[in-house]
Amino acid sequence: MGSRKYNIRAYPGFIHLTVLCLLILYLPLAIVAVYSFNNSPSIVVWEGFSWRWYLDVFIGLESAKFKLAAKNSFIIAIIAATVATVIATFSATAMIRGGRFRLRTVSFGLISLPLMVPEIVTAVATLIFFNSIGFERGVLSILLAHIAFCIPFSYLPIAARMQGIEDTYEEAAQDLYATKRQAFTKILLPLMMPGIISGFLLAFIISLDDFIITNFVKGAGVETLPTAIFGAVKQGIKPNIMAISTMLLAFSIVMVTLSYLISKSDDKT
Amino acid sequence: MAGVASKGGEVRSDTYRDSRTWLLLPAWLTLVVLVLVPVSLMLVYSFLTKEFRGGVVWEFSLAAYDQFFCDRGLFGDEPCSIEWNYITIFWRSIWQAGLATLFCLIVSFPTAYFIATRPQSTRVIWLFLITIPYWVNLLIRTVSMRFMLREEGPVNNVLVWIGIIDDPLQMINTSFAVQIGLFYSYLPFMVLPIYAAVERYNFTLSEAAADLYATKYVTLRRVIIPSIQPGIIAGCILVFVPSLGAFLAPDLLGGAKNFMIGSLIEEQFKGNAGNWPFGAAASMILLSMVMIILTLYARQQSKALGAGS
Amino acid sequence: MPNKPAIIVKDAVKRYGDFVALKKINLSIQDNEFFTLLGPSGCGKTTLLRMIAGFEDVTEGEIFLFGEEIDKLPPHKRPVNTVFQNYALFPHMNVRENVSFGLEMLGQSKSDAMRCAEEMLELVRLSQFASRKPAQLSGGQQQRVALARALAPQPKVLLLDEPLSALDLKLRKAMQLELKHLQRETGITFIFVTHDQEEALTMSDRIAVMSDGEIQQLGEARDIYERPRNTFVADFIGDTNLLAVKVESISGSMVQCLLKGGQRLKIAVNDKIKIGDSLHVSIRPERLFVSDVDDSRGTLRGTVKDNIFIGTDINSLLILDSGDEFRVRASNSDRGNKRIYAPGKQVFVTVEEGAARLLVD
Repeated sequence: MGSRKYNIRAYPGFIHLTVLCLLILYLPLAIVAVYSFNNSPSIVVWEGFSWRWYLDVFIGLESAKFKLAAKNSFIIAIIAATVATVIATFSATAMIRGGRFRLRTVSFGLISLPLMVPEIVTAVATLIFFNSIGFERGVLSILLAHIAFCIPFSYLPIAARMQGIEDTYEEAAQDLYATKRQAFTKILLPLMMPGIISGFLLAFIISLDDFIITNFVKGAGVETLPTAIFGAVKQGIKPNIMAISTMLLAFSIVMVTLSYLISKSDDKT
Repeated sequence: MAGVASKGGEVRSDTYRDSRTWLLLPAWLTLVVLVLVPVSLMLVYSFLTKEFRGGVVWEFSLAAYDQFFCDRGLFGDEPCSIEWNYITIFWRSIWQAGLATLFCLIVSFPTAYFIATRPQSTRVIWLFLITIPYWVNLLIRTVSMRFMLREEGPVNNVLVWIGIIDDPLQMINTSFAVQIGLFYSYLPFMVLPIYAAVERYNFTLSEAAADLYATKYVTLRRVIIPSIQPGIIAGCILVFVPSLGAFLAPDLLGGAKNFMIGSLIEEQFKGNAGNWPFGAAASMILLSMVMIILTLYARQQSKALGAGS
Repeated sequence: MPNKPAIIVKDAVKRYGDFVALKKINLSIQDNEFFTLLGPSGCGKTTLLRMIAGFEDVTEGEIFLFGEEIDKLPPHKRPVNTVFQNYALFPHMNVRENVSFGLEMLGQSKSDAMRCAEEMLELVRLSQFASRKPAQLSGGQQQRVALARALAPQPKVLLLDEPLSALDLKLRKAMQLELKHLQRETGITFIFVTHDQEEALTMSDRIAVMSDGEIQQLGEARDIYERPRNTFVADFIGDTNLLAVKVESISGSMVQCLLKGGQRLKIAVNDKIKIGDSLHVSIRPERLFVSDVDDSRGTLRGTVKDNIFIGTDINSLLILDSGDEFRVRASNSDRGNKRIYAPGKQVFVTVEEGAARLLVD
């Protein structure tokens, strides 16, 4: 008694709720990860550690289906994220370093539209659109829908980063005889890079994860990883699904750690 | 979504004013063609006549909205009385999303507050831990929740083992499971804006309140919560809006009895019902609800901004 | 043409919508000059500097650099360089890359640019830091890198936008001397913007005092301090006593002025004035003498209110019989000559010959 300082900020019990919060977030994922190593075709009982379901994913009965789905997913995610990031970088430059203009608010409204419209509505609208213009549904239709959907996710970190860059840098560059284009490529672009990388990674993950829009605009027989998993789960959760899920989980964690390290290394310089 | 609804970031300079039209063109093109035009087309579709195997006949019709709101009896020839079927589904969606938002708030506020009051070095780690699940595939998270809650699943096993219950509970395919699923899906969306608000909170205000004889809980209620209210509201919108139109959690955890808007819409396009105009109409109604919420929020924000400064 | 002015600003006006930031500025800055734009924030000094650099367009008027009109050129085509207030060192480049940036943009080969950068770094004594990133340097070092970077392309005019404002007092004093020295050594025209009058007086060959988008007075440091043209300049530069007076009579070069309380002062004429004009008189506090004996040589009577010790000096605050507050400064070193009187004491103040200055507005 008495030796403990009265801490104005601390509230008892908050730490327990925080731990509970993290438990809720991680426990289901952890348990799925653990069960993916279960040496049993049943998901109920634990019969020891094994890699068999991972092996099954790569060489098992359904491996061809999942491999193709994974290939589609990654190709779509890489292209969609790249295109969305380029578009977002251009847009952010116009919005943050193009002065004030009449259509600025409208432009931002347009960019953030995919965030405001519920995803299922976007999915319905896109399906109707492709259908009415007679666009064949397949990988390309998924890709186009993903590009549009990813733009705001890419835009936000890029614009935030760009806002943090003082305008004297490009003035200094121009003062030192750089043209506007050179000021952009030699000064602004390198300074924006952490934002561009997070924008890309975010868009990449969003595209890779997307189920609803993909499910609507994909053609018959074309699958991405999430639609393939969803289809399989409908028949019941099988151990190979848990193995795929665990791999995707690990991939996501690697990605987010990567982006965290990039932003952290940038703080130091 | 809501936190960024300001203006897309502050204008920092006008260095590239000459090229801004070209720079914005790709975004405009993509989003007008792939979002704005499709949404407008969807509005048009909701006023067209359905074709039986999916798709539409280009003939004006109010049938979709009529089906939504009007009960015309078994043979469709009675005068309109209110059709409760779909309104109930919408109402259930609002209720489920609302409960999920409430659960998120109850858990997130202490979490966000706790994290924001950590020293700078550990704060980053806590925050990192909270954000990771956001990066994990929503489908996988929902599936793992289904795995947890199923009859022979870990939750039931633990409860039986402890002795709280004798027989496994039916948790999957209940509205409770849907709420848990929504809660689990969007929890990080609640934590982050509240965290940002607490981080900006000036703790001298707490000291001032304590100095003026307020207990900690009075301080929490009368000083801290009002100060970080914008963060709380933003968090609630970020959870409520996607919950409202959610598809995965109700579909994988709720089953047929806990049908929500998302499933209703999906069924019109992917399922057997195949009524496109009706699906478009339901989407329009959902979109209108979300837009009303966002407009109210934006108005309240700009009012708070005007009064605050 | 050795005597061609480095910069001529001709009828330059800057408007932002309805707001007039600069009203018809005319200015001529000589080659090799250390020229200072001095004024409070919002007076337009930075706007004028940015117009010369090319970051703000000129609404009306022209700017010439050694006889060549530059006001339509983009910044990267103007052979002038700027030292920015917050230095604006590129954070992703090291010190050497920062300094060589301008030379590379001018088309020099990378190796030439690097060699020149090394020379510049030697000039500002930072050679050992060439491979560091700007964030790893102290404020004073960053400031010197900014200087080296701006000097490396050998600009015809160097623009400095409050470059010392972020430094602490001691470092600022040292940098003032270093800058002055550097200017002499390189022979480049410096245009220096500051709101610190002491800094301006210390460094400048000539000063333009600005307020409200206008040049209030232009001249050498001593001239501006001793012969301010109006109340703004007298008040802004140094410390002064401003008293409202009325012209009573004029005889030759001397004017008899009436103070509020009925006391009189004789002051030399320096402007067009006539009997009956209401004017101000400015008297620097260090050019006043206090005594408890009335020697009736144009003295003012008052009462001591307070004495404040400020280190090198003692400031005495008096209330004149006219009701005006009056500050008198006595150097701590000549306490023997100037006596300090206790508060409440009635005293007589003598104005040093030529120290009082009549100001029309």
